[in-house]
Amino acid sequence: MRKLALKDEILMQVEKPARYIGNEVNAVMKDKSQIEIRFAMCFPDVYEIGMSHLGIQILYHMFNQFEDVWCERVYSPWVDLDAVMRREHIPLFALESQDPIKEFDFLGITLQYEMCYTNILQVLDLAEIPLLSAQRGEEDPIVIGGGPCAYNPEPVCDFFDLFYIGEGETQYRRLLDLYKECKRKKTGRKTFLEKAALIPGIYVPSLYQVFYQEDGTIQKRVPLAEGIPEIIRKELVRDVTQTFYPDKPVVPFIKVTQDRVVLEIQRGCIRGCRFCQAGQLYRPVRERDVEMLKRCAMEMLQNTGHEEISLSSLSSSDYSHLPELLDFLMENCGREKINISLPSLRIDAFSLDVMNKVQDVKKSSLTFAPEAGSQRMRNVINKGLTEEVILNGARLAFQGGWTRVKLYFMLGLPMETEEDIRAIAELCNKIAAEFYDAVPKEKRREKVQIVASTSFFIPKPFTPFQWAAQCTREEFLDKAYFTRGAIREQLNQKTIKYNWHEADVSVLEGIMARGDRRLNQVILNAYRKGCLYDAWSDFYKNDLWFSAFEECGVDPDFYTTRERRDDEIFPWDFLDCGVTKEFLLKEWHKAQEEAVTPNCRMQCSGCGAARYQTGVCLEKKEG
Amino acid sequence: MKVRIKFSKEGPVKFIGHLDVMRYFQKAIRRAKIDIAYSSGFSPHQIMSFAAPLSVGHTSCGEYFDVELHSMPEKEELIRRLNAVMVEGIRILDAAVLGEGEGNAMARVAAADYLVTFGEAVALPSDWKERLLAFYEQPSIPVQKKTKKGEKEVDLKEGIYDLAIRKEGIYMLLDAKSGSNIKPGFVLETFFEKEKIPLPEYPFRIHRLETYLREEEGRLAPLIS
Repeated sequence: MRKLALKDEILMQVEKPARYIGNEVNAVMKDKSQIEIRFAMCFPDVYEIGMSHLGIQILYHMFNQFEDVWCERVYSPWVDLDAVMRREHIPLFALESQDPIKEFDFLGITLQYEMCYTNILQVLDLAEIPLLSAQRGEEDPIVIGGGPCAYNPEPVCDFFDLFYIGEGETQYRRLLDLYKECKRKKTGRKTFLEKAALIPGIYVPSLYQVFYQEDGTIQKRVPLAEGIPEIIRKELVRDVTQTFYPDKPVVPFIKVTQDRVVLEIQRGCIRGCRFCQAGQLYRPVRERDVEMLKRCAMEMLQNTGHEEISLSSLSSSDYSHLPELLDFLMENCGREKINISLPSLRIDAFSLDVMNKVQDVKKSSLTFAPEAGSQRMRNVINKGLTEEVILNGARLAFQGGWTRVKLYFMLGLPMETEEDIRAIAELCNKIAAEFYDAVPKEKRREKVQIVASTSFFIPKPFTPFQWAAQCTREEFLDKAYFTRGAIREQLNQKTIKYNWHEADVSVLEGIMARGDRRLNQVILNAYRKGCLYDAWSDFYKNDLWFSAFEECGVDPDFYTTRERRDDEIFPWDFLDCGVTKEFLLKEWHKAQEEAVTPNCRMQCSGCGAARYQTGVCLEKKEG
Repeated sequence: MKVRIKFSKEGPVKFIGHLDVMRYFQKAIRRAKIDIAYSSGFSPHQIMSFAAPLSVGHTSCGEYFDVELHSMPEKEELIRRLNAVMVEGIRILDAAVLGEGEGNAMARVAAADYLVTFGEAVALPSDWKERLLAFYEQPSIPVQKKTKKGEKEVDLKEGIYDLAIRKEGIYMLLDAKSGSNIKPGFVLETFFEKEKIPLPEYPFRIHRLETYLREEEGRLAPLIS
């Protein structure tokens, strides 16, 4: 039997000890003596969140396909275990071998959201790895960052030895081979990093220096060594069918957020909503072959025993073989009593018909994401959804028996007026009215329920809104109160429930999203003060964060409430995500003119991603 | 047909709670392609019932659950197929087709026996064995037992069918009926508290040996015999 890193006495006193024991179905065990590279893959949040992430499953599978590599998993210990480990000086360990992370060759940390940054420091700290890259020695693991937040790595660049920019399937093998070569030749850490910086997609922050202007914006960035690239282009999988896909995902013992088979049907999105970072980062859209998906779905269901499968993509309705795939799944899953869950589907006759077949209409609710209430505002954000389409979808849904509708909106979008906010309330009211109109009195099984939720808009790098000013905390809250008031004025207000997101944490997320290198010290300071699990509202400590800014002499407003000049150099400009800055700027100007841009399938708008010569960029256009 | 399956749970998997063990087996049965029956309704679930829940931290070599199957391979084949999809620490030990009208596992459970050893941090007086046996030999052991409605006094002795000190540890045969189940840790805690012997956190290592039903003539027999 495997020996655990934690004594029974400790496991018996912490919540959910199964988070720390490994040994799950399909967890990969290898013989250490046959392995050249040990890779610890970390999602810096609690097990149940980290285990639900598809990207890690893909990379875990890929690394373990390599015979010379053993990839293991590690997550943030929950606060109860965190305290015990610090008190008893127990080093953080990997789930599979239960060996200390500090003995590994690599520690890869995925950056999925900005509010996990203090958890990165927790993981390093508990692993007994120096927090700053500059302080690490030959014995310490190489710490790699990746994931969407690595597209602006600067706020956390001091904590990482290198970042992998883009999709992991393409360059890791080369990086590992370089590592092996450097290890054999005993070149040392510094030489390895310098050589790694020459691999496409690899960014070594210590090899660059940033100079600032008097107003605090960036003057220039300079590579510190000969031959180090000035611009790093994202890596991208050109063929998403002939590639790694986890046929044996790890099956957790405890319930996790995503407790089902996840089938990634495509990458990217054709839509180009101007607030959406993912929609730009993962361009161009690449569909997986439908036959591959059918095979993967069946294999994964067989190998996991999961009773549910979920399709994953940014906009599933745009997948061109969706009807064929769904027919196949409905036929095969029905027999095996497997549920099909369909997030990110546009509500129309087709999707309602499918949902009617795979869900219990009485129990499920329908989700619309108009994002903005007025057509003017939806044009500003390029959300190609008209009121007519929404109301028609709602009408069809009500006639089909649904009575619960969820609506998602954003507050604080650029150029938003009170009229636009009032339109949110009015749209909710119109949907409720649609119910009374569409369903005759005698057929109303239960009352219509509309839940409207607003999140606060946070401008993100590599979006057309990267130039935009973010609202202050007070502006955010005023907008939420205004929305609540406007909803209360509606005729059908009693059927509408309204929730809004917290403002404090949205401000901090905004700072981190468009931050620069000067934030490293603030994050370190906040962590030392006790900030951790900032993504969890119970643990978020706004006061500590803002005293950290003050002590470090960093002005938070510089990063958020300031509208950027068109020619400002952004901290992330040295990365090339495929979409050009010229295209994004053009989109920013079009937003101000309330002009829409057609989606990639209708017409190419020349965003720059066609350089990758794949996916939708190679399709024949409708026009 | 109704089939009873016996399994063991040892090593690190002892930290997986009862509900998660149930979920684990639901998925394992799909992986092993066992032809299980589902309940009707919009969200069908496997027809499966567990005998006696095992506390987190306890190990066992006598766990049981019943399933309703549409068809059944040879017993050895069923065991082999299930074992092929198990994780380290969980083994399928036996299986048996149940007769018509046999009550389900949970309803049939009458008793379970355990072997208890002490954690490293436990320091005991030299005469603890004599004192434990004397505690057991009392005619009655009144204790406050927590119930859903509050506390009530019960005679613990009635639920202890046997207690002995063996080379491997303390042996106990206890009532495990769903309404009157006695936990082995509770028996020992009662003893140590009465004797005012202090204990550290998590003092006992508890291993369930077997789960029993009561036959018509009153004898205890393993759930699969």
